[in-house]
Amino acid sequence: MEEFILIFRHEDGKKLASPEQIQVWMKQTMDWMGGIAAQNKLVSQGNGLSFEDSRVVRHNNIVTNGPFGDIKETIGGYIIVKADSVEEAVEFAKGSPVLQGEGNTVEVRKIAKADGIH
Amino acid sequence: MNHGALIPHLFRTEFSKITAVLTKVFGFEHIAVAEDIAGDTFIAALKTWPYKGVPKNPQAWLYNVAKNKAKNYMKRNHIFSEKVLPEVSNATAGFEEMKIDLSDQNIKDSLLQMLFAVCHPSIAAEAQIGLSLRILCGFGIEEIANAFLVNKETISKRLFRAKEKLRLENVQIEYPGEPEIGKRLETVLTTLYLLFNEGYYSESHDSVLREDLCLEAMRLMYLLVENESTDLPHVNALLSLMCFHASRFAARKNNNGEIVLYHDQDETLWNNELIAKGAYYLHRASTGNTVSKYHMEAGIAWWQTRKADTKEKWENILQLYNRLLQMEYSPVAALNRTFAFSKVYGKQEAIAEAEKLQLTNNHFYYTLLGELYKDTDKGKAKINFQKACALARTETDRQTIEKKMNDL
Repeated sequence: MEEFILIFRHEDGKKLASPEQIQVWMKQTMDWMGGIAAQNKLVSQGNGLSFEDSRVVRHNNIVTNGPFGDIKETIGGYIIVKADSVEEAVEFAKGSPVLQGEGNTVEVRKIAKADGIH
Repeated sequence: MNHGALIPHLFRTEFSKITAVLTKVFGFEHIAVAEDIAGDTFIAALKTWPYKGVPKNPQAWLYNVAKNKAKNYMKRNHIFSEKVLPEVSNATAGFEEMKIDLSDQNIKDSLLQMLFAVCHPSIAAEAQIGLSLRILCGFGIEEIANAFLVNKETISKRLFRAKEKLRLENVQIEYPGEPEIGKRLETVLTTLYLLFNEGYYSESHDSVLREDLCLEAMRLMYLLVENESTDLPHVNALLSLMCFHASRFAARKNNNGEIVLYHDQDETLWNNELIAKGAYYLHRASTGNTVSKYHMEAGIAWWQTRKADTKEKWENILQLYNRLLQMEYSPVAALNRTFAFSKVYGKQEAIAEAEKLQLTNNHFYYTLLGELYKDTDKGKAKINFQKACALARTETDRQTIEKKMNDL
């Protein structure tokens, strides 16, 4: 069993959702994560990442406000799952409500073990 | 109450108090002495009361006899008074002045401190439960053996080994220090949670005994809630959960002593006083910033005190199970979550969720699948019920599943 991180990328982080939309989205997210947890495959529920108070620190310590604007996609959060294969992890990712937003993506990456082999 | 009923009743309530107070004085390594003295005290009551009548204050009578027996024991037993007592801190003045304090406050403290000692992480959970039942609830070895469905020798050995372990670890009868109390409290709560579940879900046929296990777990929970340093939100949440579950005792059994499933229960038999108590402790649990799995389970249990099958009820239960599973996985929670899912999104959607669980050695898993298939595919429903039947561990479970199969 390997661990995979599912990274949610939003096409436009500045787009604001209505409170009702957020509520529906929260419920869907909880159902999705609850379904993974019910298979005992959820390693970490991760963190949501706020779009406020974000900065990008560049080479030569140049700091800009947020990653928005220059970069098309913004990371909105992540979770970590257990899966037998990357295919299984991809199946989990397919259920993510994040993908209801056109242009949004879920990046699936295997977590490298600290055994020197990557 | 005549003495015939009174003595067993007092034994249940007072044996553990006397043992706890004396063990605190003597030290855990001499718990056998404390248990003997407590036992002798009750033998004295059995010998005296039938002839001389029950004393006006039976409890005070027992405490007095126990105190005298403890003092006599120390006088008589040279080894004890010469080797043991000098090691006991408050006994430096000699055994005559040694204080055996059977006041209300010291009894409560001793019982709670004993609870912490017994729930020491060095011993296994089942031994913790066994010791709690023996030392803190005054259960006999045979009763404990019946509750666990094993023979007396197994329990005796298990308790003996656990006591040895606590002696070797030099476990003290005291409240754990500040940095440790949080972690130790977790073990205590887990033990009481298991003790309650042992009674609530036990396969033992003795229903009175099973209810007793639940009530004892609740009695010890009340002690924790009444004690300032352990009156914490998650402690209240666990007590709340127990109150909600216990409210259904009367409705869970039919006249033949068979289990009545939640869905078929007569809710007029639910105990409203316990439901109100549960709500009270759930309210007290809702302070502070921490949310525990007991909060989730108490929340679910609260929704279950409302019989009506509303959308609101099942949506809330589903969300609580989603959160509970993210805190801690268990097959039971996974199955119950899927049942709630079917109530919110329909059976067809739930079948896909259920089949991902792959709990293929669990009869509840196949029972759930059978239930989900029964409206759309009776053949598949039957196959699943048959698998469930083959895996069922008790006759009651088998009968329940067979009934479902016949109803197809």
